[in-house]
Amino acid sequence: MAVPEQKQSATEARLSAMELPEPGCTRAAREAALARVCEMGLPSRRDEYWKYTRPDTLVDPVALPAAVFQNDEKPLFDGVDRLKIVFVDGVFDPDQSDDLSLEGVRIDRLEDICCKDIHWAKDLYGVLEARGHNPVPRPLAALNTAFASDGVAIHITQKVSKPISLIYRHASESSDAILHHVVRVEEGAEATILENGPAASRFNKCMEIDIADGGTLHHVRAQGRDHERRAVTHMFTRLGRESVYKSFTLTVNGVLTRNEQVIELTGDDAVAHVAGACVGDGDFHHDDTVFITHDAVNCESRQVFKKVLRNGAVGVFQGKILVKEGAQKTDGYQISQSLLLDDDSQFLAKPELEIYADDVACSHGSTSGAIDETALFYMRSRGVPEKQATDLLTLAFLAEAVEEIEDEALAGDIVDRLDGWLSRRA
Amino acid sequence: MLEIKNLHVKLEEEEKQILKGVDLTVEAGKVHAIMGPNGSGKSTLSYVLSGRDGYEVTEGSATLDGEDLLELEPEERAALGVFLAFQYPVEIPGVGNMTFLRTAVNAQRKARGEDELSASDFLKLVRERAKALKIDADMLKRPVNVGFSGGEKKRNEILQMAVLEPKMCILDETDSGLDVDAMKLVAEGVNALRDEGRGFLVITHYQRLLDHIKPDVVHIMADGRIVKSGGPELALEVEHNGYGDILAEVQ
Repeated sequence: MAVPEQKQSATEARLSAMELPEPGCTRAAREAALARVCEMGLPSRRDEYWKYTRPDTLVDPVALPAAVFQNDEKPLFDGVDRLKIVFVDGVFDPDQSDDLSLEGVRIDRLEDICCKDIHWAKDLYGVLEARGHNPVPRPLAALNTAFASDGVAIHITQKVSKPISLIYRHASESSDAILHHVVRVEEGAEATILENGPAASRFNKCMEIDIADGGTLHHVRAQGRDHERRAVTHMFTRLGRESVYKSFTLTVNGVLTRNEQVIELTGDDAVAHVAGACVGDGDFHHDDTVFITHDAVNCESRQVFKKVLRNGAVGVFQGKILVKEGAQKTDGYQISQSLLLDDDSQFLAKPELEIYADDVACSHGSTSGAIDETALFYMRSRGVPEKQATDLLTLAFLAEAVEEIEDEALAGDIVDRLDGWLSRRA
Repeated sequence: MLEIKNLHVKLEEEEKQILKGVDLTVEAGKVHAIMGPNGSGKSTLSYVLSGRDGYEVTEGSATLDGEDLLELEPEERAALGVFLAFQYPVEIPGVGNMTFLRTAVNAQRKARGEDELSASDFLKLVRERAKALKIDADMLKRPVNVGFSGGEKKRNEILQMAVLEPKMCILDETDSGLDVDAMKLVAEGVNALRDEGRGFLVITHYQRLLDHIKPDVVHIMADGRIVKSGGPELALEVEHNGYGDILAEVQ
């Protein structure tokens, strides 16, 4: 299908400002990705998949500036023993990062995978992304594969003793970063990957995750609060037999965030949980777009997304479960809910199920509501002031999503962040 | 202690007068019971005293130790010592029972200018009070009233009352939905709190509860007013003859 003229010119305008990185082993993958971008065209607001979120600021040749936010809040995951990998405005910073050696995992910079001949990474780069355009194209992910300027290859071969922590610092007001990570979890191996920070004024991040049979990956992410920052992220995950993927994302402020999760359950008895909690105020716009494909027997998927919105903030949820023919005994659960703290805020939800197997249990629910007045009065009648009661009820609303984090210390850090957000608001 | 004078209340949203001149004084150390048929305004009275939205006071006053209750927010009334045991205790998913109770205790102490209770002192207090009401550790850990049986919810109300130690306790149909054993347990919990400095207003349909919580004064409420007051024998009269005779007599 030909790309409409307007879209084509927007795509050309963006591409003309970019250059494919130096030749290397990923060159072929990058060229193929670039061809996909040209074929699909970058998203425009006319695309059904971008109906609720305007993509133009993510597509435009030049990123809009975003102020770097300073406050004295304790850095997230500060008390957690972890291996730190720091990127500043999308560039790996070895000085701020820890030594990358850790038992059970090998971590390399993307640019080194060719000279070090790291086969699995070369073989994974761009592959899950390329598979992820059916039935809906995700051209910003292909753009990422083509032009990513940095990233890491994380090879998990055993149970790793501490989390691998990707820290994204934002330093320049005009930064426009494209990062691409590839992750391979070997058979029976297990690790936790943390991500946090505002990253850049405009951030396009892609992570491709391949989990072998019996592997487990926990992912906890907190997207930083620099108010004017914009981000589009894609996580492409393929799960083997009896493997587990559990991902949680906290988003606190940021003028525009689009998080896509594309998950394929390809081995029997695999489990994938994705959860998100976001709190937004004013011109905050947050979009969770999830596509889960069940292509094996007896797999479980779970989506729990909760959004707290106030002062005109907008939340979007597009979540789909596709159960392919033969994916019997599928257990799919999806819930998306918003708590609207005033009449100006909006929640737009599009839950979808598409099922071609006959022995499955899939459920989905989506709600939008205000603070429960009866509960509020009950708490106040016990002496809890209105603001404090509202905050407690807000945290309670988010709890189902936060509880998806298995590690208590990490969950505690996330709750502290939410507490901080609430206490800064009168 | 609690003084209600000529209280007139209508619904905020519609022109419906519910209370039409309630006069009532509850002295410290006394238990007053209010009985009355459905729709007489008993629950409205309890809500208005605790500060629930949706009601408009058109005339009259309500004070606690001379302080005007009607001007205050619900949490301010609570800090002053007003406690309402709900007819239908509210479920709050996601908020732990202990967290809720501790937040409430410390918010009240803070409002009164007292020091917050330490975690260990709080725990000690709750455990001791919970034991008397046969509330186990599991119930304390669960979210507020979520998945509680009717009896458990009511016992939880009394636990909150026992921990918060209010001056003026209002019990709104605390006996509804309780079996005999549960009612006894709840009544024992209430009786344990009776002392010279505390007043009780017990709202009930039935005399049953008053066998266990012996009132000093019984009032009959009908059509938004207290139409008759007397001793405990008045409750027995209702039990035997229903409200019909009394209402006919006062009309």
